[in-house]
This record gives sequence, C-alpha cells and structure tokens, in this order.
Amino acid sequence: MALTHPRDWILTRPEGVYCVPGDFYIDPARPVARALITHGHADHARAGHGNVLATTETLAIMACRYGADFAASTQAVAYGESLNHNGIDITIAPAGHILGSAQYRLSYQGGSVTFSGDYKRRADPTCEGFEPLEADVFVTEATFGLPVFIHPPIEEEIGKLLCSLDQFPDRCHLVGAYALGKAQRLICQLRRAGYDAPVYLHGAMVRLCRLYQEFGIDLGTVFPVDDNNRQRLAGQIVICPPSALHDRWASRLNEPVTAMASGWMRIRARAKQRAVDLPLIISDHADWNELTQTLNDIGAPEIWVTHGREEALLHYASLHQYRASALSLLRDDEDD
Amino acid sequence: MRSFARLLDRLFYTYGNNAKARLLLDYLRATPDPDRGYAIAIIAGTLELPGFKRSLVRDLIASRVDPVLVDLSYDYVGELAETVAHLWPANQPAATLPSLAEIVGTLLTLPKSGVPDYVAARLDDMTSAERWAFLKLGSRGGLRVGVSARFLKQVLAQFGDRDVQEIETAWHGVAPPYVELFAWLERRGEAPASADLPFFHPVMLAQPLEAQGLERITPATYAAEWKYDGIRVQIVARTGGKAIYSRTGDDIGGSFPDLLAAVDFDAVLDGELLVAKDGRLGSFNDLQQRLNRKKPDRQLIERLPARIIVYDMLRDAHRDLRGLTFSERRGCLEAWMARIRPSGFALSSILDFKDFDALSRHRLASTDAEGSVEGVMLKRRDSPYLAGRPAGMWYKWKRDPRVVDAVLMYAQRGHGKRSSYYSDYTFGLWQGDALLPIGKAYFGFTDAELKQLDQWIRHNTLKSFGPVREVTKALVFEVAFDAVNRSARHKSGFALRFPRISRIRWDKPANEADRMANLEALLGSTAPR
Ligand SMILES: [Zn+2]
Ligand SMILES: [Zn+2]
Repeated sequence: MALTHPRDWILTRPEGVYCVPGDFYIDPARPVARALITHGHADHARAGHGNVLATTETLAIMACRYGADFAASTQAVAYGESLNHNGIDITIAPAGHILGSAQYRLSYQGGSVTFSGDYKRRADPTCEGFEPLEADVFVTEATFGLPVFIHPPIEEEIGKLLCSLDQFPDRCHLVGAYALGKAQRLICQLRRAGYDAPVYLHGAMVRLCRLYQEFGIDLGTVFPVDDNNRQRLAGQIVICPPSALHDRWASRLNEPVTAMASGWMRIRARAKQRAVDLPLIISDHADWNELTQTLNDIGAPEIWVTHGREEALLHYASLHQYRASALSLLRDDEDD
Repeated sequence: MRSFARLLDRLFYTYGNNAKARLLLDYLRATPDPDRGYAIAIIAGTLELPGFKRSLVRDLIASRVDPVLVDLSYDYVGELAETVAHLWPANQPAATLPSLAEIVGTLLTLPKSGVPDYVAARLDDMTSAERWAFLKLGSRGGLRVGVSARFLKQVLAQFGDRDVQEIETAWHGVAPPYVELFAWLERRGEAPASADLPFFHPVMLAQPLEAQGLERITPATYAAEWKYDGIRVQIVARTGGKAIYSRTGDDIGGSFPDLLAAVDFDAVLDGELLVAKDGRLGSFNDLQQRLNRKKPDRQLIERLPARIIVYDMLRDAHRDLRGLTFSERRGCLEAWMARIRPSGFALSSILDFKDFDALSRHRLASTDAEGSVEGVMLKRRDSPYLAGRPAGMWYKWKRDPRVVDAVLMYAQRGHGKRSSYYSDYTFGLWQGDALLPIGKAYFGFTDAELKQLDQWIRHNTLKSFGPVREVTKALVFEVAFDAVNRSARHKSGFALRFPRISRIRWDKPANEADRMANLEALLGSTAPR
C-alpha cells in the first residue's frame, strides 16, 4: 500500500500534467521550465521548454524537427536507467510506440505512477518493445479505446499493398503515413516482406528517414520524389504525410492508387471520408486488445485514462474491478 | 465466400467506374458458376434471404458482447453490419470457408429456427471484412458499395461482349444464380428465351428544369405536355404475356385487373397511371387507394377505375421505336391510338406555347387545373428514347408545392383494410386562441406509423361522435397541398387543393403550428422561381 498516493502529488494544470514535488511536467502542451518528454510526436514534444529530459533518440528527433536550440538545456537518458530528481525516483522503460518512445515511472515516498505516453505491444523493427513497469497507478492512452478497433497483423496489411501493386502494376501507389515512426516502420515491414525496390519519399519524410538510418535502422534504398522521377513512378511505392494525399503535390503524380496507413482505417466511413482506395490498418498505438491486455499485465490497482476515447476503457476497467478515472478529471490547482 | 468478400471490400473502396468494372470483370472471369451468379444477384438486389434478419444479428451480438460496449461502438461506427463484424469475438479464421452458393443454399433451405446458429458458426470462421460482407446478405437496405443494377448490366455486357440492351432483354428471362445467362454470355448456350416475354424496358427520365439554360427552351426544340400527378408506368404487351411495370421495374399489374383486361395489343407504351373519380381524373390520394390494394374488389374498381395517359411508344409489335426521335415516335403513337383505342387510355396532349412566358403560364395554370396535373414536361423533339436521365433531353418543371404545419383536430375510422384504424384526419390552423379546420386528408402512412397514430388518437380522445373522435390539440402534421383558394362553403373561408399529410411532426409543439394568416399569404398563384 502506497504511503503517499500519486493522486496527492500529481496535478493537471493548463500547461499539462505536473509532478508537484519534482517540479516538472510530463509532455506539457505549453513551454515550461522543466519537462519529461515521452516521445517525439508533436502532441507530446514541443519546442521552447527550459530543460528537457528524454531519451537520446527523442532528443535527436526534436532537434531534427525544431532545430538544435529547441530547449535551453537537455538531459539524455536511456532505457533501464534510474535517476533521482528532487526526491522523485524516475525509471525509464521502452513504450514500443516509435523510435525513442519511453515510459516514465515516478516513485515518491512509497507511491508510484507510470506514464506510458503512447504505446503499443506489437513487435516493431524500428523500436524496442514495450516493457511493463509495476506501479500503483498506470496512466494509459486510449486513442483506439473502443472494442471495434482491432489492428490486424501488419503482415496482412503489407500483403494488401503488395497485392494491389500486382493488380495495378501500371499505377503508382501513394501511401499516406505519419512522417515520424509510421513511415519508417512501413518501409521496414515492406523489406521484411521481400520488397526490395526503392521506396520513394515525399520531401517532408526525407530528414526523419535519414535520422532513423543514422540510428542504425535499415530502410533499404529510399529516394526523394523529384521532377526527374515524378512521371516514372508507375508500379512504385511512394510515401507521403497524410495531409499530402490529396493536395497539389499528389495531383502531379500520374493517377495514383491512394493508400493510407492508420488505425482509423478500420472504420469504413473514416476511410471513405479520406477518399482512400486502399485503407491499411496500421497503427503505432495499442488497439483495444492491447489496451485491455496491458491493464491486466501490469495489474496496477488504479488506472488513469488519457488521450482519446476514454469512456469504453473506463467501463471495461470498472467491470474488471480497477479503480479508473479520466486523467482530465484529476484535481487541478484550483481545487487545491 | 472469401473471394466474394474480397470483391465487396474492394468495390467499397474503389471510386471510379472503370476501376469498379475491372474488379467485377476479374471476379466474373475467375469465379465458377453458380457462385458468380449469386454474387451478381446479391449486388443487384435480386436475392432474398427471408430468414436472415437485422434483429437476428442484434440478438447474436447482444449474447456475446457487453451491451454498453456494443452501444458505444455502434454510436461510433454508425452501421450495424460493420459494428458486429468488428465486435464479433475473434477466432482463428478458418482455412477455407464454404462457397457463396453453399451459404446461400443453406440459408434458403434451413428452417427458421436453425438460422441463428448457422450464421453464428459462419461468423466464427471469418475475418472482420468477411463478416461485414456476409452480414450484408442479411441487410435489406442495399449493399452501399456503389454499384447499381444498371451498372452491373453494363459490366455483364462488357463481360460477354454484348450490347447492354441485349442484357436488359435477357435479364427478364433468367433468375439467380443466372447459369443460363453466363452460358449465353460465354457463347456456350442459347440466349435465354425472353424475346416475346413482357420484359421491362429501362425508362427515360427527366431532369428538373434549372434556372440556367432556360433560353434553350423554345417551341422549335421542345414539345410541352402536362406533368400528371399519378405514377409513371410502362405497359408491356407481347405475344408471350403482358405486364404493367412501375418506373423501377416492379410489376404492379395485379393491383389493376381492369387495366390489364383492356391491354389487348402488341406494343410497349410509356404513360401515367391515374384513376377516374366521378367521371374525371382523381387526385393522387385517390390513386393511392388503388395502389395500396394488392387485390382490389369490384366495388373499389368501379368507384376508382384505372386510367392511362399515354405519352410515348417504345415498341409497336416487332418494331423497336426507341431509336426514333420524340417527334417520330409521337407520330407513330398518334396513329396507333387512333387505330387501337384501348379502353381507359387517352393520349397526352401537346401544349401550345410560343415563348417561355407562355410556358410559365401553362405551369401556373397547372396549379388551378382541374384534376391531377402538377406542372409541365418538356421533351426535346429530336430526343431518342434513352434509358436513364440523359442531360438536356427531357425536363420536368413542377409547380411549387406548398406546406403548412397544422394541428390534428378530429380523426375518423378509415375504409377497407384500415377500417379498424383512425386514418382520416381533420386538421386546422390557429386564429387567435382557436383552431379553424382547413382540410381533411387520408394518407398512405406506413403501417407502423398508422398504428402509432392510432394509439396516439385513442390515448388523446376528448369526445366521440360515432366513427369520429375529437382529440387533444397537441399533434402537428406537415400538410402539403397544391393550391389554396377562397371558399364560402368552408368554415375557415379557404379550400385546399390536394391536401396530403407529408410528415407527422411528433417533435413540434402545437402552439408553434401555423396561423390562418400564413395560409392566406399563399392564396392564388405564386410566381415561378
Ligand atoms: Zn505518439
Ligand atoms: Zn499521442
């Protein structure tokens, strides 16, 4: 039994989730003096903080996106490491979400809480797998927190793409995927499926792919799309950010088959909304089964749910005798 | 089943018609009989599986997944087949699934009590996308994969290198799983015998007339006719039989034995079905009474005999006229009508107009015209008879409908099948704090709506006078009508022409219904748009 419960020393403030005795924020939405960053996605990692603590990979990703001066000072940590800050023991473990994604367990006077950031439980060749950390409170995301969200094995989805490439060999296959994480994972999985032709990249993808390669992740041959090769992409795979799928850049490609790699593609209406020919259900977030499995694997008596569709997961947690609440409902400073 | 599921899934996400046709052609070439024929039937909506219902699917999922999670999921997904496909507890998908023909055959022959277990066992063996396709077999609302029956026939024409009209002709002589059709398409068998059967000919439809392009409407290029407020029918009489088809190809001959008896010729005619009442053409409401009756009794037929206004001719014995221009067909039709004169049939008259203003006056006149006219039709004189809604050929120019929200005051028992329900309604508008009755309407609600209304009336009765009940002034009807005129005979001082209840406004408080002044504003004709 915890001597001090995390609910006594974690607050939600307008800037983000705040650890009172440690005097730092976790993935704050606004610039703060000291931040722990779980991973490099823009809704978690922002520029302009005083001091940033994150994994070496996440710091490199932030520097790549925001420039080397994205924070006044930084502190690099590694998976498996423990450190103490203002009396808080901080343990770092991989979250399996993207390169460098980390969970932070904070322990203070006998009570502990794990912030898992975004996570998934499937194998991913671009990052280390999720490691469960025991704690009194587990903070989970719920991006895909409905039982209709089940991500099929990624091999099946890659198979769909390769099958369409066989069926429409005269058309370029344009795949929308997040530039950070999803794109690189997709390329690695294509390589594992035996696809060894060059993969073409939208300009916005190039620097992050290079960064992944510098961290030793083998993407095979990748080329940026340029004016010379643009008309010769029939039968090739091109990866672009989702926002570019139907923009002017894409309209200069010759009649592409548009695919989109996202967990939302599970829902037909969502895929149709995106006017996607080939929805690929590929996500770096936990699906419903992974979310519920993780609650059970970790066995924390209390669950805080954040980031997504909380209602169904809260219902599940209560059915299974967990104490559960939405993180947004934690007391904030005003109630203090 | 697996390849059919893959086909539906791909069709769903394919937007261009060429790409859709390619997927269908690939499937038809790779799939043996009778699977491909059943696939065609499912997509065309010609296969009914009476034991496989939505309620069955609901019950199956309710016994497997927590109800709160089902509700939250359904709210998010918005479609039952897909929600259940995703929520169904996953097993390892079976290595092989039964063929589509085996599944359809089983569902058609299984006793009703055996269907739930059979459906559940199939769902257990499938992936989510396969479950979605499979559950579509049980959904009445169409597949929503963006393939119309007409498009499917075009694909079949491409598949067999035939003209789409040949497919249309053959289609009426065949039934699922269409084995003879495919034998003929693949040059392995004779054309399905239907040449002299009374098959449906795809109908030519009109576009609404839009404000732009009105200058194209000149008497030299367009012929004008009344637009009748009946239903569009096609009378097909061939040596092999006769039929009366609705616009969508449903045979409604059974409801109109009086009309069928008068059909004693070899021709295909296009016209409007109406009924006569007291020696003149009746309203759409009158027609509705005949349409609702699958087997009308003699009394009803005598009271409301069927009438046809003929406006086009597609075939005269062996001569297909559809390639001729409207003017040429009209010539054939006039000569034919003068010769044959079927009883109950009249020729649609051509309206004179010298310019667009004259045409507008015709349209306004249709508001006040006796009988059931609801605007004018414009047909390009050089238009061949083309299936579908070809641009620029035919236009309909309806008069503006008018609506008011009125309050239900009295209800009366209906006639015939509906005699046990309160199905005739008197409604009124506010003047000060009182309601003045403005009209009475009978309307062909769905049976479910009628029952609901009947219940409401029984629970809200203030007084009974024989078959009439006065009710609490609390229920609002949206009443549509074609015109309103002053009338000394009516207590309110106004008479509505063709009032009909277009919607039941369960949601609207009675005090927000319209006032007499709103109706007065609609007096006489309003200017065209
Ligand atoms: Zn993320
Ligand atoms: Zn996130």
